Amino acid sequence: MIVRLEPRGEPPVWLSPLLTVIALIVALAIGAVVLGFVGGDPVRAYLHILDAAFGDIGVLSDTLVKATPLILTGLACALAFRMRLWNIGAEGQFLLGAWGASAVVLFPLVPDGAPAIVVIPAMMVGGALAGALWGVIPGVLRARLGVNEIITTLMLNYVALAWIQFWVFGPWSEGGFQQTATFPKEAWLPRLTDFGKQVPAFGGLTTHLGLVFALIAAAVLAVVVSRTRWGYEMRLIGDNARAARYAGVDIAKYVIVVFAISGALAGLAGMSEVSGVVHRLQDRISPGYGFTAIIIAYLARFGPWRVVFASVLFGALILAGREIQPSGVPAMIQGVILFCLIAAEALVRYRIVIGRRAATSVPT
Amino acid sequence: MIDLTLILAAGVASGTILLFAAIGEVFAERAGVLNLGVEGMMLIGAVAGFSVAATTGDPWVGLVIAMLAGGLLSLVHAVITIHFRADQVISGLALTFLGSGLARVLGDGLSNAGPIHTLPRLTIPVLSQVPVLGPILFREQSVLTYVGFVLVPLAWLWIERTRPGLHLRAVGERPAAADAQGIDVVALRYAYVLFGGLLAGLAGATITLAISPGWFGDQTVAGRGWIAIGLVIFAQWSPIRVAIGAYLFGAIFRFILDVQGVKTILGFENPFQAGRSATFFLEMLPYVFVVVVVIIGSREALRRRVGAPAALGIPYVRGERAA
Amino acid sequence: MTETASVALTASVSPLAIEAVGVVKTFPGVLANDHVDFDVRPGEIHALLGENGAGKSTLMNVLAGLYRPDEGGVRVGGEDVAFRSPRDAIAAGIGMVHQHFALVPSQTVTENVLLGLDRPRFRLDLRRSEAEVGRLARDVGLRVDPRARIWQLSVGEQQRVEIIKLLFHGARVLILDEPTAVLAPQETAELFATLRSMVGAGRSVVFISHKLGEVLAIADRITVMRAGRVTAAGIDPKTVTRADLARLMVGRSVLERLKRTAVEPGRVVLSVDDVTADNDRGLPALHGASLQVHAGEIVGVAAVAGNGQSELAQVITGMRTCAGRVTIDGRDVAARPARESIEAGVGHVPEDRAGVGSAPNLSLVDNLIMRAFRHPPLARGPLLDDGAARHKATELQRAFAIAAPTIDAPVRILSGGNLQRLILAREIDSAPKLLVAVQPTRGLDIGAIEGVHQLLLDLRARGTAILLISEELDELLALADRILVMYEGRVSASFDTPTGADIATIGLHMTGGEA
Repeated sequence: MIVRLEPRGEPPVWLSPLLTVIALIVALAIGAVVLGFVGGDPVRAYLHILDAAFGDIGVLSDTLVKATPLILTGLACALAFRMRLWNIGAEGQFLLGAWGASAVVLFPLVPDGAPAIVVIPAMMVGGALAGALWGVIPGVLRARLGVNEIITTLMLNYVALAWIQFWVFGPWSEGGFQQTATFPKEAWLPRLTDFGKQVPAFGGLTTHLGLVFALIAAAVLAVVVSRTRWGYEMRLIGDNARAARYAGVDIAKYVIVVFAISGALAGLAGMSEVSGVVHRLQDRISPGYGFTAIIIAYLARFGPWRVVFASVLFGALILAGREIQPSGVPAMIQGVILFCLIAAEALVRYRIVIGRRAATSVPT
Repeated sequence: MIDLTLILAAGVASGTILLFAAIGEVFAERAGVLNLGVEGMMLIGAVAGFSVAATTGDPWVGLVIAMLAGGLLSLVHAVITIHFRADQVISGLALTFLGSGLARVLGDGLSNAGPIHTLPRLTIPVLSQVPVLGPILFREQSVLTYVGFVLVPLAWLWIERTRPGLHLRAVGERPAAADAQGIDVVALRYAYVLFGGLLAGLAGATITLAISPGWFGDQTVAGRGWIAIGLVIFAQWSPIRVAIGAYLFGAIFRFILDVQGVKTILGFENPFQAGRSATFFLEMLPYVFVVVVVIIGSREALRRRVGAPAALGIPYVRGERAA
Repeated sequence: MTETASVALTASVSPLAIEAVGVVKTFPGVLANDHVDFDVRPGEIHALLGENGAGKSTLMNVLAGLYRPDEGGVRVGGEDVAFRSPRDAIAAGIGMVHQHFALVPSQTVTENVLLGLDRPRFRLDLRRSEAEVGRLARDVGLRVDPRARIWQLSVGEQQRVEIIKLLFHGARVLILDEPTAVLAPQETAELFATLRSMVGAGRSVVFISHKLGEVLAIADRITVMRAGRVTAAGIDPKTVTRADLARLMVGRSVLERLKRTAVEPGRVVLSVDDVTADNDRGLPALHGASLQVHAGEIVGVAAVAGNGQSELAQVITGMRTCAGRVTIDGRDVAARPARESIEAGVGHVPEDRAGVGSAPNLSLVDNLIMRAFRHPPLARGPLLDDGAARHKATELQRAFAIAAPTIDAPVRILSGGNLQRLILAREIDSAPKLLVAVQPTRGLDIGAIEGVHQLLLDLRARGTAILLISEELDELLALADRILVMYEGRVSASFDTPTGADIATIGLHMTGGEA
């Protein structure tokens, strides 16, 4: 009995979303088994996740807060992955963005007492530029020297972490702790709760302006990708780089620009986190957003609005998953989800055939 | 004063970790399969080895289980990429997530486990007397280090001078040609990916059962799996060059540790003493070095017009129009 | 007994070297072999003739153990065999040289020969093996350096390595799939001589081809296949004409009827001046090549694979850098990116349809707009007008009869012929001043080939300059106004057709001889 795979012709349109949903269900089922194994109660845990993430307006707001950096880093990864540029460095670019935004406040790069209308955009620029720089380095190496970007982006993640740690333990350390002083109010991204006096319903809601940036970014990317010439050329590069060259596309330029934008998006995520949530720079500023973003991008099949949707889901998982012990379980489930998605994608392209003979394939 | 011999000897020991992981990856990639999950497999091997050794009291059993754990994980990647023909990059990343998450789950509470019996250390009688190299290579090294010494020439011989090695190289360069000669491409790829997994598990166990016993979560491996992958590129897929790179990096890792313990360097106060914030720049060193090393490897590949095994990363399907 | 009688007696008594009996083989949607019977006698050269897609390669793959038949079977020396893999076939003395050589480019000749053997079992002694390979090569009269790496060898030499591989395995039946596709006429003659000497020693050769002339010249018996069935089994070449064979191959009277009008060539569109370039290995491929193509003219380039013709096409279309001048209507595009050639009005039908000429997973629409997407009406500022793109795609699909379920279907499901139609549609629609077509009819069936030829002639009549690079001399003779021969990176001869060209002379120049 041999099980083998045969290429499909043109897969039906509903197949991909269906298999994606099935993959998620299977992954969650496997996760449930694992949870049971380590002594948790899976049903309670999943219900708890639903409740803890979407139960009432307060926690929904918290979920959106978690989703904001995920959307931005998810978009960063999706943009690069579309072109088969494996930007695994979103985590490092996020950290650099957090640092860049903090630098604006802590050096400082804006005059003391400057109003929010000056500080916030300056922080955005600082964060985006720093992230873009961190993305451009592997981008240039890849475009000019053909250096494998997986290794370079990954190594830069570690360098970025050490960089942040240096500043947070050293020059910017507040009272010897591994965090900086709290930023002045002008450096805080406005939150819904700031308008609690005008609109009582907003009281206590921590969702911040960063979410708006994230949604705007998603909208812009959606237009660029599906409706512009740039999006078309990126699609060509992603499918067949040789054909793209044949069609006259400047591949090196796209590699560098896409890496820069990808880094800028991730950097912006970092900025939104320090400015909208923690209001300071600290050692553990990211619970692995840049890595979760990889899974989100893949789950969303690189589509910008799907990234938004997936980010909310994963935001919920991170929020509620904080309470799941041991701490490795959410990471594990993420790995399982990714594997199931990969398998689902393979099944879209191929059909399972159970036969009695050894594999032979298409005619020559 | 820094004792160079001790540092180099410790560097050799530390390099053994990278050596096992990188050689395993060389075999997998030579067969045409890119396995980016080395970090995850090393973590699994590290935690499995440590926890089994802690519960049974026998590090050798821990070692075997560690290797099996790494191998088992690699099989997931093998099935997904060879049978399902999925993208090898994403699958490897998924493997890393899975492996590191799983390792954290299994290692929960392990940091409180007491000290374990580590694998024995040996001094080789005659060889350790050899001037200069003797004390570095052959004195008080873990058995695994000696295994590493032997592994390198064996790996080279296997690849370059045996029939199975010939088949391996063909499978990674032009699987259609190997297939036409009746060589089972799928079986060989499975075998070598599995071998890579076994070695990655071994590398993880080398950390927790020999070099730096203890479980510290993700920090136990600290990115060495990725460094190993970078090493393979630098080494142009040759076991000998892998060894050079691995021991070099081992020395760098040791150097970073030891510099932090010194009060003065050449008469000046040491800015990199432990506890100072400048030590973080030291931490960056290995990773920056990997980038440098990979750049060197890529430029050389461009210059010599050789490089990765031609079929690396491409799933093999019989009958499809190959290049 | 007389000699003839004894030979006849032997032929009827000794077992057949190999037979296919009632072989049926299907693939998704295709019945490749429909109850096929085929037999080969010892000591004969048996040609298997048919157009692309007739099922010849499939049948041979069954004989060579690569495919397992759904029904029917194979007999070797009169005994039934069931090959589970190529290894079994090799062990039974059946060896096949495929169209795409099964060689590992980065390894040496010797390593490639050793690849499928059982000995040496474990340890390799390369020195000794090299000597053995060298000896065998000399004995059989095939010159090759056992220590050379495959990528360093010419295509003809690589073919020799493939044959040596088979002989090393002790093959008694050699199956060659389109062996002369990549050879110049002189090399073809050498190959035939080698085959004759091999069958003289009692071996058998099966020779797959679609070239009628060669088959008539070399074969002892001919079998013709069409659409998965045998239309003529084991016939004597002395009893048939080319027209007969063509009819058996295609099922109707085939004489390519092309409409060719007299066209007065216009201005110089393409001018290549003293161009030098390297190939992918870094070795020099073009050594001061020069040529011109006028509007309304088809210039054919005849060359053996590896003499710089691929690089010539790449240099003109901006896919490869070079030194020297390449001008399109006076505009220099040498050593500039592909974008400049495209803007200068160069259309390119590349050698590699799937690998270079199309994006396999993208839709027909995406592939058809590859040249037009930068300009109105498809481009509106930075935006791409989706409606206009789909409109163009629908138009082109209809005009060029591209068979596909919808315009959103991924291009990888198209057959070779339809993919080529798509590429031609796209390039022709952009109204290029110069069209560079490289091996445009490779792998296509006769109907598709005729269609492509007519398209090229129509283009010529509309004033486009066409540079046609092809390995099929017949094609060049039928289409080109002038034929240039390239040898070792230079244009070495020029012929005005139809008056000044004949295959023998062209062939001589292709291999470096002087007239």
